Amino acid sequence: MEALFAGVVGTLTACGLFLMLRGRTFPVIVGLTLLSYAVNLFLFSMGGLNTHAAPVIGESLSPSDPLPQALVLTAIVIGFAMTAFVVILAIRARSELGNDHVDGKQGDEEPPR
Amino acid sequence: MMAQHLPILPILLPMLAALVLLGLRLDDARQRLVSITATLLLVGISTLLLDQAGSDQILHYALGNWQAPFGIALTLDRLAALMVVLTAVLALGCVTFACAGEDAQGSHFHGLFQLQLMGLNGAFLTGDLFNLFVFFEILLLASYALLMHGGGKARVGAGLHYVVLNLIGSALFLIALGVLYGATGTLNMVDMGQRMAALDGDQAALATTGALLLVVVFSLKAAALPLYFWLPRTYAAAPAPVAALFAIMTKVGVYALLRVESLVFTDTPASAPIQTWLWVAGLATMALAMIGALGARDLRMLVAYLVLISVGALLAAVGMDQRASDAALLYYLLHSTLVAAALFLIAELIDRQRGQAGTRLVCGRRLNQQRLLGGLFMIAAIGMVGLPPLSGALGKMWLLQAADDEQGLWLWALLLLATLAALIALSRAGSVLFWASHQGKPGTQRAHPAQLVGVLWLLASLPLLTLFAGPVSGYAEATAAQLARTDATLDVPETAPLAADPGARP
Repeated sequence: MEALFAGVVGTLTACGLFLMLRGRTFPVIVGLTLLSYAVNLFLFSMGGLNTHAAPVIGESLSPSDPLPQALVLTAIVIGFAMTAFVVILAIRARSELGNDHVDGKQGDEEPPR
Repeated sequence: MMAQHLPILPILLPMLAALVLLGLRLDDARQRLVSITATLLLVGISTLLLDQAGSDQILHYALGNWQAPFGIALTLDRLAALMVVLTAVLALGCVTFACAGEDAQGSHFHGLFQLQLMGLNGAFLTGDLFNLFVFFEILLLASYALLMHGGGKARVGAGLHYVVLNLIGSALFLIALGVLYGATGTLNMVDMGQRMAALDGDQAALATTGALLLVVVFSLKAAALPLYFWLPRTYAAAPAPVAALFAIMTKVGVYALLRVESLVFTDTPASAPIQTWLWVAGLATMALAMIGALGARDLRMLVAYLVLISVGALLAAVGMDQRASDAALLYYLLHSTLVAAALFLIAELIDRQRGQAGTRLVCGRRLNQQRLLGGLFMIAAIGMVGLPPLSGALGKMWLLQAADDEQGLWLWALLLLATLAALIALSRAGSVLFWASHQGKPGTQRAHPAQLVGVLWLLASLPLLTLFAGPVSGYAEATAAQLARTDATLDVPETAPLAADPGARP
């Protein structure tokens, strides 16, 4: 389970990083979202990966740590708000600057249509 | 009774003010009244806090009376109190300046401003790493919106970079926290410090990784060398009162570095590499920012690079890590924040009176209030460069004195060179703005009294910091001594039920 979990987090991070280095705002936002998924999963696993371990003392033999779950919840809420904000910002930038390049000017990576 | 709850007030007060400002649809005049009253109250409260912290007792405020390390604690020590006072003083100048009309260019300026203050105060007062993250997010979210206040191409373009970079920073912050929590099993700073010192083997290596990641995040906020490229454009594009408030945002990074270095990572394997990296990054930041300042073609850009020079000096001082350098750092931090903010405000005043030319360093029309603005600019420039008799000279001399022989070789050379570069750049900017601008008739724009009050409030700190250099440096030295003391920082209850149970955490 650990290897699978680590693989998933790693793949998500790698894809997120790749997309964040792109020149257009949309892939960058998708990259940020993927990275935040990876981070949330990573945080989630910080208390150790257990099965059948409720985060309540007395419910199971070895209760799992409830704190990472609380942290993840906070991180998800904040990440969600930030993503919403950056989407609106990207739309605003598209309308103010006339294109969706992150630098606000048409790059050389694509010939103009 | 009241004194007991004092540490939470700098967070609650701006939050309530923000709720009132954002919730009720007040007209402009009332919004200003609420905002200025709240900021004035904040100055009063923070002064009380400073007094309380001066007794050398570290006050822990357990939220909801959940004891540390399980509950979330606020920690009031000398350093936190000093930063809260600085924030309040700076904010009062900025908000007064904004009341001259800049706040009405977009919606919700004052509400967002108070939210930002809440985030800043919370970041300074918290004793919990995850709460530090939460307060960072609050202040960042407010700063995103404030940066975009008034709109315009430059702001939106710079804002996009700023937001995306800080989102990546937040993701890294969470990863670092996750690693640290996984290795130590706590988020309370003092508790984590004690547990990190006891780790060995794999866990110690893991904790070191987390610590270094955390340093990367704080370096992004503080704008250390490889991570500073967002700063000049952002600060130059931001509305003046916001840019002035942002002068403390880099210092939040410096504060966080100082805090984790002295409280959490001291006596751990992570300590040595962190210090080396900060020292080198600080010096390199100074060197590059110096070139940027000389090459700047716009007054705001120039001030942004001057902010970077001071950040470089501060980071190098954090990297030196001696009691003397910590004390000098705190004094210089107070000075450099206030003077940089004043310069951003003065740049706005100059901009208003130069019409088309704005703050670009080209010949433009004559300023309407040439003598007044010229005088203000000169005082601020003397302070920023660090010429005697103002406080910049004292701060820089103290920093130079604090360096030992080997460090001194680098610090003396770079800090003095950077000072020279700042002197050249500011004299050139001043002569272009005030002397090479005689074409045409001056406009009719005059500085609003509120704007002048804001600028003078910030500038007054320079002579005051010089006159009262004795008490201020005494406080700074006591703060450094308190930071260096590692024993009496927190009485963590040893009989913590969960922590004592080895089965609770793998």
